[in-house]
Amino acid sequence: MSLQATTYLFVGLSFALYIGIAVWARAGSTKEFYAAGGNVHPVMNGMATGADWMSAASFISMAGLISNMGYGGALFLMGWTGGYVLLAMLLAPYLRKFGKFTVPQFFGTRYYSKGASTVAVFCLLAASLTYIIGQMTGVGVAFSRFLGVSNSTGIYIGMAIVFCYAVFGGMKGITYTQVAQYCVLILAYTVPAIFISLQLTGNPIPQLGLGSDMVGSSVSLLHKLDLISTDLGFAQYTTHIRISMLNTFVYTVSLMIGTAGLPHVIMRFFTVPSVKDARSSAGWALVFIAILYTTAPAVAAMARMNLLKTVNPTIMTNGDVFAPDAQIEHAKRPDWMTRWEVTGLLKFKDLNGDGRIQYYNDKNTDPAFQAKVAAAGWKGSELSVNQDIIVLANPEIALLPNWVIALVAAGGLAAALSTAAGLLLAISSAISHDLLKEKFMPDLTEKGELMAGKISMAVAIVVAGLLGLHPPGFAAGTVAIAFGLAASSIFPALMMGIFSKTMNKHGAIAGMIAGIGVTMFYVFAHKGIFFIKGTDFVSHLGGANFFFGIEPNAFGAIGAVVNFAVAFAVKNMTEPVPADIAAMVEAVRIPRGSKVVDGTH
Amino acid sequence: MQHDSAGYWKATLGLIRNVLIVWFVVSYGFGILLAPALNSIHIGGYPLGFWFAQQGSMYVFVALIFIYAKLMGNIDKKFDVHED
Repeated sequence: MSLQATTYLFVGLSFALYIGIAVWARAGSTKEFYAAGGNVHPVMNGMATGADWMSAASFISMAGLISNMGYGGALFLMGWTGGYVLLAMLLAPYLRKFGKFTVPQFFGTRYYSKGASTVAVFCLLAASLTYIIGQMTGVGVAFSRFLGVSNSTGIYIGMAIVFCYAVFGGMKGITYTQVAQYCVLILAYTVPAIFISLQLTGNPIPQLGLGSDMVGSSVSLLHKLDLISTDLGFAQYTTHIRISMLNTFVYTVSLMIGTAGLPHVIMRFFTVPSVKDARSSAGWALVFIAILYTTAPAVAAMARMNLLKTVNPTIMTNGDVFAPDAQIEHAKRPDWMTRWEVTGLLKFKDLNGDGRIQYYNDKNTDPAFQAKVAAAGWKGSELSVNQDIIVLANPEIALLPNWVIALVAAGGLAAALSTAAGLLLAISSAISHDLLKEKFMPDLTEKGELMAGKISMAVAIVVAGLLGLHPPGFAAGTVAIAFGLAASSIFPALMMGIFSKTMNKHGAIAGMIAGIGVTMFYVFAHKGIFFIKGTDFVSHLGGANFFFGIEPNAFGAIGAVVNFAVAFAVKNMTEPVPADIAAMVEAVRIPRGSKVVDGTH
Repeated sequence: MQHDSAGYWKATLGLIRNVLIVWFVVSYGFGILLAPALNSIHIGGYPLGFWFAQQGSMYVFVALIFIYAKLMGNIDKKFDVHED
């Protein structure tokens, strides 16, 4: 069977499975729609959270970024897993005890004000919408390659599919489909990694293969990668960081607390039966997430090795990479390169007209390296590889059988769709329940609310899809901004709501507005207002990364600090928190008496 | 029966503090701040700082959550506030 046919078969089968489950577990009430009935087993919930969590950015984009960034890519690995420790200890059990469906409901009750809940809705929408843009970018990449269509068409197809299945399922359907999606995506990620690890190091476990010696030599894979990277003018793989150590640090903080503040993740902990289960459920979620996240660095390093090896076969025999016949001829390039050239995500431009592919770091200013480049007659790096294709192309690069490539296609789509569905659910419940029902139309019927939720999902898909056509960066980069927005607004306000008995509504509202305001200002300064090209104003503010060299994707941590500082300052200037609210915070801290989540407050 | 809620909260915060210390030392400490120094030590083919950043810290995170959940369960029972 041809690759194209196999791909259709695998993608088709996986979709049939999800749709079957969604129909079987159709949501009949708002309680099922939002919280899946409130009796999901922690291990099951962990798996669903894993699928919900591992988005197009994790599945498709992250290994590509690590592949490019080397050691510095660890900020994604630690940032997107370390937040679960915070979530498990600081938020999940208390929010479960609190017993509400949504994050804005918590804010409305804890800060005894509709205003606080409305501000939270807007922060939540800002973060979730930005996040979906990243998903749509990923969906576009996946569909364009596997259906052989343009990136824009890929996004349109993705929009249609996400729409169908998020709108009809609701949380109950989503929880069980996500369990299926987790299985598909984790197989799709680990199977090729196992094959590649075997090929390169002889060790079937990628996590160990990454630290093993290359087949037939006594040089470790990482050491070899360091050597050939520096030969080609790139930074050393195991030590390279972008910008600065401070930036790496702040970026990691931002992703960690953003993880703990993202509403679509927090919502998952309302679906377990008890406080005790909420604690361990975060652990199960992280187990399932870590299977992918500890594989990713191996995928990244091995993909890089394979790419450099394909372009410059001599590196494996310690030959001279600058020799005239060392690089591969474009006419003899492998099939996978041809296939990806069609999508425009991999480009070759023969700058020196010798018909061979020169791939190296042409930004390297080291005189000795420049001299070698000049002597070899190279006129610039001729290959550009979009980072987002690394994982999808990986099995092809390693010449794995067609069914593995098709499996990866199904996995990538599962990852993007499951997260998009979870996010859409967070968005729709924020609009239909927290904004319409609680604030503007209190006499909305349950049926009307469900309808409003579905309409807001549809609108969110269209907005995200259109913005996804002109994304402000790679999928994982865009997603990092979403984390920054959540980190600077929702996380600090949740923390103060649980751990400070004296935080009042004025402090919380002012803190959220200040935190997200500062972060948005910094991001827009660099990436344009609402990511529209040409509206950036960073040149008026002291150049790129003007605040201690911290890049906009990492700025959420600074926003969070601003949030805490403003909140406590304002709290001290305004009237104290009412006694009944202080007593309620006290009660939330005690696990006993947790009941079924109640949404009809 | 009146629970010793102040004592319970103190025990909870103490546990959270200890877990956070380990969490910080492993990720930000070994994985970022001290990584350049640790890289001179190798385990297998891994430079140690690189290992903590790209593998080790995640294993520790998983362990930390389950240890926390277990110890927190013990605290709940000790102060008699566990769920029925």
